[in-house]
Formats: sequence, structure tokens, C-alpha cells
Amino acid sequence: MSRLRAATGSVPPVLALVAVLGALLSIVPLLYLVIQATSDGLSNVATEIFDDATLALVGRSLLLCVVVTSLCAVIGTTAAFLCVRTNLPFRRILFVALALPLTMPSYVAAYAWVAERPNLAGFWGATLVLTSISFPFVMLPVAAAMRRLDSRHEEVGRSLGRTPVNLAFTLTLRQIRPSLTAGSLLVALYVLSDFGAVATMRYESFTWSIYGAYRAGFNPTRAATLSLLLVLIALAIVVGEEFARGRANLASVGSTTDRPPSTLDLHTWRWPTFAALLLVPIVALLLPILFIWQWFSEGASRNNNWSELFNAFGSTLWVAFLATAVTMLFAIPIALVAARIAKKWALATDRAVFVLHALPGLVVGLGVVAVGIRALPGLYQKIPMLIAAYVILYLSLAVGSIRASIERTPSSIDDAALSLGSSRLEVFRRITLPVAAPGILSGAALVFLTVAKELPATILLKPTGFETLATELWTRTTVFEFGAAAPYAIALILVAMIPTAFLSVRGWQ
Amino acid sequence: MSDALVLSNISKSFGSVRALDGISFSVPEQSIAVLMGPSGCGKTTALRCIAGFERPESGEIVSGEKVLSSESIFLRPEARHIGFVPQEGALFPHLTVGENIAFGLPKGRERNDRVAQVLALVELDGFEKRKPHELSGGQQQRVALARALAPRPAIVLMDEPFSALDAALRPEVCAQVTQALRAEKTTAIVVTHDRDEALSIADQLVVMLNGKVQCVGTPIEIYQQQHNDEVQALLGDAKVVRGQLQGESVTTEDGTYAVTNAQSNDGVVDVIIRKQPVSVYKPKTD
Repeated sequence: MSRLRAATGSVPPVLALVAVLGALLSIVPLLYLVIQATSDGLSNVATEIFDDATLALVGRSLLLCVVVTSLCAVIGTTAAFLCVRTNLPFRRILFVALALPLTMPSYVAAYAWVAERPNLAGFWGATLVLTSISFPFVMLPVAAAMRRLDSRHEEVGRSLGRTPVNLAFTLTLRQIRPSLTAGSLLVALYVLSDFGAVATMRYESFTWSIYGAYRAGFNPTRAATLSLLLVLIALAIVVGEEFARGRANLASVGSTTDRPPSTLDLHTWRWPTFAALLLVPIVALLLPILFIWQWFSEGASRNNNWSELFNAFGSTLWVAFLATAVTMLFAIPIALVAARIAKKWALATDRAVFVLHALPGLVVGLGVVAVGIRALPGLYQKIPMLIAAYVILYLSLAVGSIRASIERTPSSIDDAALSLGSSRLEVFRRITLPVAAPGILSGAALVFLTVAKELPATILLKPTGFETLATELWTRTTVFEFGAAAPYAIALILVAMIPTAFLSVRGWQ
Repeated sequence: MSDALVLSNISKSFGSVRALDGISFSVPEQSIAVLMGPSGCGKTTALRCIAGFERPESGEIVSGEKVLSSESIFLRPEARHIGFVPQEGALFPHLTVGENIAFGLPKGRERNDRVAQVLALVELDGFEKRKPHELSGGQQQRVALARALAPRPAIVLMDEPFSALDAALRPEVCAQVTQALRAEKTTAIVVTHDRDEALSIADQLVVMLNGKVQCVGTPIEIYQQQHNDEVQALLGDAKVVRGQLQGESVTTEDGTYAVTNAQSNDGVVDVIIRKQPVSVYKPKTD
């Protein structure tokens, strides 16, 4: 992301104020989390962290993180290579099918597997679920990098006496390394912050234990301390990735050719390879859906409570709608400021939003809980607090989408309108908003769908008696009512997963 | 002198497009041959067939004693020992200049010596540690040549080597490249659509049009021949005259001209004089 643009325009002061206010407010919960963690004194924090149980926890989380990330790196790179650089049959459709598991909520996949194969619970179950839904984080950027590769480099390598296999390791792998490490970073952060899969699989990783500390003994201090430790570990991984990537400048020298990268002819291995790769979407997507369907058709005979399902359905849409509306209210000014103003405060506003997006939903949830307990007890476990957590979590989704569409139009258009006598607010209403409308709509859709499937923050902050599809599925899974859980899983796939997939497919191709 | 490379009757089609229609020519050892023609004439395809990136449908390519390509044989590019310099050089962006050049060399102590040697050859001594993006276009092109020359290939192929350079820079880089090729005693085949470039480096000119070789010979021979209209348009109007070369200038019956990069010693020479557009202005009246 180039941040070295010259100052490119102006923003109505009212909107700038809203943007800064939004960014500041979203940092508050994190501050309260720090206050909560240190409320029993700093020595207490140290005792909590260097506790044997805590260290074992760090070990278990890192183990899961390393195993899943390695598996994703191998599967993601192989899948990208096969779909982009070989003559595999149906490779375009297969590529989309391979990317789809990304839209599956982790707790839905985990529920499907643990319901069908209860002995998977634990490390291997968590590994299976997290790998199968997060390997596209590696596959998508690596495939994009492979498409951009310059075919001339390989030709030169061949003419210098290297075999294609040798070049795959000495040349291609090194050129895709930035994408590979960036994708792996996403996987590692996802694994660390995921709550649904590890909780359903009952693997005692960080998030699951934080939740346990919060719920079982209602020990908010320990929960807050562990949350901060988790944030620090995530930060360490991000910094580590910077080092792994190095300062390699991989900007291609000169213009690239129109000659597409050569494709490897698999000959007689075409169909066997296709069959092997097909196993991935079967395991990651088809089997879980099949399992859920089986439980659903069995459970249906036992007279499900349809009114509960419809209530949860309605509540989900309602909070998702509210959260989307509030998110857009802040996201549009923030995106405008980020796109049009090249000053430090604008950059800070933008960055704050993105840093918060990297935080686990559970941590943000706990931060909002801390605010509720300490500052606003009247709002604790009320809808506004739940909405606030959603807004903080997904503001960056909306900002990213809107900012891209604002940046596509030059600010000289604004200048032209100003010179024709419009006020800055009028320019915003008559020029900026209509031009950015597609970005605003797709950003809103993305936020809506993501809120609809959010689990950890919802569990922590939902009012008593208020249930969404996600919490209903969660409650039933924890008490092993797999048949009763199935309708909620299906509803989630229909409401959240299929539209997300539909929105994303164009970008993947 | 024996031939470093012989192409006989090479044909290659892409779908319904016949890119090469039975072309034949040979390149003598230690000479520079230039394939010249408009874009789409098949010159790049010919180069790619010689390198082994494309397989011809018919015909034979022989390098010295070695059959590179025939009906039954197709040697892989890495087994041909033919250097390749693509357009704009295509240096590996993640490697330093030194690592780029060493890419085709076996590991060992001589490796660094050879890298320094070829870098000196292209007048870039001491550039080993630089990254490709730190170099100018002309420097990148010379590193790409050094990389191709390093393993001492039998032949070096260059695809439009100077097309991406500033017009003002071209003659200089062109001269440096020719010098390096001659110093290494390498046979080279250069593809270009630029007439000036072709004339200034070619020992032998191969003019191609519509997938066929139209004529082969030294530039002088070619300008002395009669051609059909299409080839004539490609070559441009010119006449060949006798002249006396003396240092940086040549004297003919039409006058004295400055000369750069002369391919002959002082004395009696043949001179190609090409028609150039001239500008005409109203005379200044005081």
C-alpha cells in the first residue's frame, strides 16, 4: 500500500470529525482490557503469565499454529501450482471450489466433523478443520503471484542449463515467497484467533482457555491478561513475518511480456492428479455439508422447534442489519479521510481500524465486556454493546472496500465541483457518494454477512435470552445435541456462506 | 569458416497461422547474424525454435556436429548450450547482478572469476552486489548478455535487445554489445525490426517477411541486389558507393561523412548511404 501520495484533497470537517471519533472510540475497549488485566497489580500479571498452565497453553496454541500453517503452506502452494501452471482438467472450476471453504464458519465445519466422528475431538480435529478452511489464505495470493510470473525468466534459466524441476525450486519458489509468507501469516493469525473450531473440538488453546477463564470462574482479570498475551504473540508473528520476507525488492525489471507463464503438461498424470486434488474440496466442503444434511434429515423427524429457529433467524438478521448500518456510518468518513488526506492523523485513523481487525473476536468481545463492567454497567449485555463489538471488528472490511472505490476517481473531480460553486458537503453528497456507491454496497454486504456468522463476541455480549443462529448452533453443539443443531448449521450456510462465496468468486478468478 | 548453426526448411504454425514457412539459413562461426523483419514476420519464432522453446513441425536445426531438432530428435533447451537474451534482459529480480550471472555456472572456485571476467567484458566491473532494479536499462541489457555469455555457449540469441532503450542510448549499448560478442568469439543471432540497428551490427543479414526468408547476405550484398517492392520498402532506399575510410570519416564522390563503429580498417571501403528525410525551411529574409 503506497502511503507516499501527495495530499490529494479535502474532506468536509464534519466527516473528518466522525472519522477520528470512530477510530478513537474503537480503541477504548482495548484500553479497558489493559486496565482490567493490571487491576490486581503488575506483579499479578507476571504471575499469571509465567504460570505453568499459561506456558503449557502457549505451547499448545503454537503447536496448533505451526502444524496448521505448515499444512496450509504445502496444500495451498500445491493447489495453486496445479491450477495455474499445469494442464489439469477443469482447473478453473476446481480453483473456485478450492477457495470456497474460506467462507465456511470454523464452528460449523467443526460441528459437522465432531458430530460425525466424535473421536476426532482434540488436536487432530482442530487441525483438520482449521487446515481445511484456511489453506485458501495461502492458495489465493500464491496463485496470483504465479499468474504474474515472467515466463522469460524460466526460458533464460533453461537456456543456462537448468532443468524445469531445478528451476521450480531455485526460481519460482523464491519469486512467490513474499506471497507464500504473507498467506501463511494470515493462516497463523487466523489459527491463533479462532474460537469456534478449537472450542467445538475442545482443544485447550488460547482462545478456548480465555473463554473458560471468563465463563467458569468469572475471572475477568485472568481472561484479560491471557487476551493481551495472545495479542502480543500475534504481534510477534507479524514482526517475524516482516523478517522472513526480508527487504527483497521483487518489482519486475522492465515491462512484463504478454507471453503467459508456460504450463506444465501432466501427460498421463492429468486425471490421477485431478482426482487427488479433488479430495481437498471434498474433505473441506462436501463432507461437512453432507454430514450436516444427514443430521438434519434425521433430526427433522424428531419435531424440531421451528419457532426458535425463526426467532434466531430474525435476531441474526436484525443485529446484522443494525451493525452494518452503524459500521457504514463510521466507515464512509474513515475511508474518505484515508483516501483523500495524506496527513499523519488520517493515516493513524486508517491504521487503527486495521490493527483492530487483526484482533481476535474474543479479545475485542472481552474488551467491550471490560468497558461494560467498569464504565457502563447499564449497557452491559445490551444490544448497543454487542453492536459496538461488531463495528470494531468489521469496520476495516467496510473501509477497505469503500476506500478502493473512492481512490479510483481522481480528486480533481472534487476540485472541479468545488470550482463550480458546490460546498464540500455538497460535493460529498453529489459526487463522492454516488461514485463510491458500488464499493459502499459491497462493503455493506460483506459486513452484514460476516456479522451474521460471528460467534465469540456474540456469546460474550448477547443479552440474556437473545439468540442468533451462531449462538444457537454453539449451545446445541456444546451439549451434544447434534440433530437439533443441524437446522442452524444449514441456516448459517444459507444466510452467510453462500452469499459470501457468491460475492467473492469474481475476485478469485 | 565452418557454420555454427544451420537451419534447413524449418516450419512452425500456431493454429492456422503459419509463423515459419520452410526457412533455411546458416550462420558462420564467430559472426553476428541479424534476423530483420517487421513484427509478425516470424523472426522471434525462429529464435525460439533455435533456443528450444518451440518445437518446429518440420525441418532440421544443426549446431556444429550436434542435431538440435529434427523429425525424430528434439533437444531440450537446457541441453543445447545456447545462450538467450530476452527482450529487456529479464534479469532475475530477486538475485544480485553477480548471482544472475552465476546462475548458469557450475559451483566452484572459478565461478567468481568468470563472473568478474564477463562483467569486465560488458564494462560493468564491480557491479556484482547491485540489484537489477538499481541499474539503468542499458546496464540491465549488458548484464543479461553477460549472464548468457558466462557459461561460454556455442551461440548467443538476442531478442530485440535494444528496443526498450532510449534512442539516444542505443548506438553506445549496441557498440558495447558487439564488442563483447567479438571479444568472446561467440556466434550470435540478433532479432530486430530496426534497420539502423541491423546494419550497425550485422556480419550477415537475414531479411524475413511473412514467415519466409527473403534474402541472406552481408549488408553490402543485400543493398546491391534487386528486390521486390515489399523487401525494398523494408530495407529503405539506399545506394552503395566506394569510399575512402580515414579514422572517423569516410570520403565518397558525394562528400565526406562522419562514421561511428566502422566494421573495416582504414582504406578503400564500400559505403551504404541511405535516404533520410530532410527538413526544408523558408529562407530568412532580413
